[in-house]
Amino acid sequence: MIETIINVILFAMLVTTAFAIVRTTRLFAVVMLSGVFSLLTAMLFVTLDAVDVAFTEAAVGAGISTVLMLGTIALTTRSTKAPTRSSTMPLVLVVLTGAVLFYGTLDMPNFGDPNAPAQVHLAPHYLTDSIEEIDVPNVVTSILASYRGFDTLGEVAVVFTAGIGVLLILSGLRRRREEEEEDEA
Amino acid sequence: MQHHLILRVITKLLVGMIILFAFYVQFHGDFSPGGGFQAGVIMAVAFILYGLVFGLEKVQGVFPPWIVHKLVALGVLLYAGVGVLNMLLGYEFLHYGSLDPHHMSHGQHTGIIWIEAGVGITVTGVMIAIYYAFAGRPPRLGDDDW
Repeated sequence: MIETIINVILFAMLVTTAFAIVRTTRLFAVVMLSGVFSLLTAMLFVTLDAVDVAFTEAAVGAGISTVLMLGTIALTTRSTKAPTRSSTMPLVLVVLTGAVLFYGTLDMPNFGDPNAPAQVHLAPHYLTDSIEEIDVPNVVTSILASYRGFDTLGEVAVVFTAGIGVLLILSGLRRRREEEEEDEA
Repeated sequence: MQHHLILRVITKLLVGMIILFAFYVQFHGDFSPGGGFQAGVIMAVAFILYGLVFGLEKVQGVFPPWIVHKLVALGVLLYAGVGVLNMLLGYEFLHYGSLDPHHMSHGQHTGIIWIEAGVGITVTGVMIAIYYAFAGRPPRLGDDDW
């Protein structure tokens, strides 16, 4: 009962924040609101007992990406431009996509269903045998680092590639601007 | 000129604690929520906070960009290197049990600590490198435009 109330309140705040993000034109406020959005999502993950995910969401979503977005604003502009085209078609598209996604959830198992496919295939093995096989009390760590170590290596490679990409793009731009200034001078 | 005296004092107090917390999250990830990814982000936050308050030059004096760029690659190499070491010991790629063939679970634990360290190093490096890349460019907005 109390959990339902908490969930309803958190989701209501989440939706309110989302609308506020859409309606606001000052980008500084938008960045702060998206940090709030991430923190609320992290709280929802905590109520779902997914503390590892909540931890990541709070650190990355509310922490780092807010700082990086502020850095981006400092390099660009601080308010959105007025839209030049009508927003009817995009709205119809978004509503349609949302409806299809809702329709898709009808086939999914109920929340917390013990007979859901995800719960009966590998999860019991991880929960019962991982302490013997891996000797690590936190099952999330043993799954991420050992049972699915190759996946995690891929994730680290993705982070690596993203970092290299950002470095190449930003430093390349700086060099071009310096060349332009030299040409003007 | 010393602006933001309170921010400076609080930041100096906080940076050490944030780094300590990052190490806790890194090495206690086997027992509690956390791990290399979260620890890397928290570690990077300590340096980014320092850079935000004291300026880019100060933080780059502490943690020069060339070291950060090396760390980005070092973490991935450490992670993949553990896998290659497992292969050299005669087991599958990333089969950490090979690090201690008599107690497979001990080997698993050792392997997890090493690969989590790799994850943490790469994530710290990438986050700080991205922050340097953004903060190192001349901003178009002045302090009063916000």
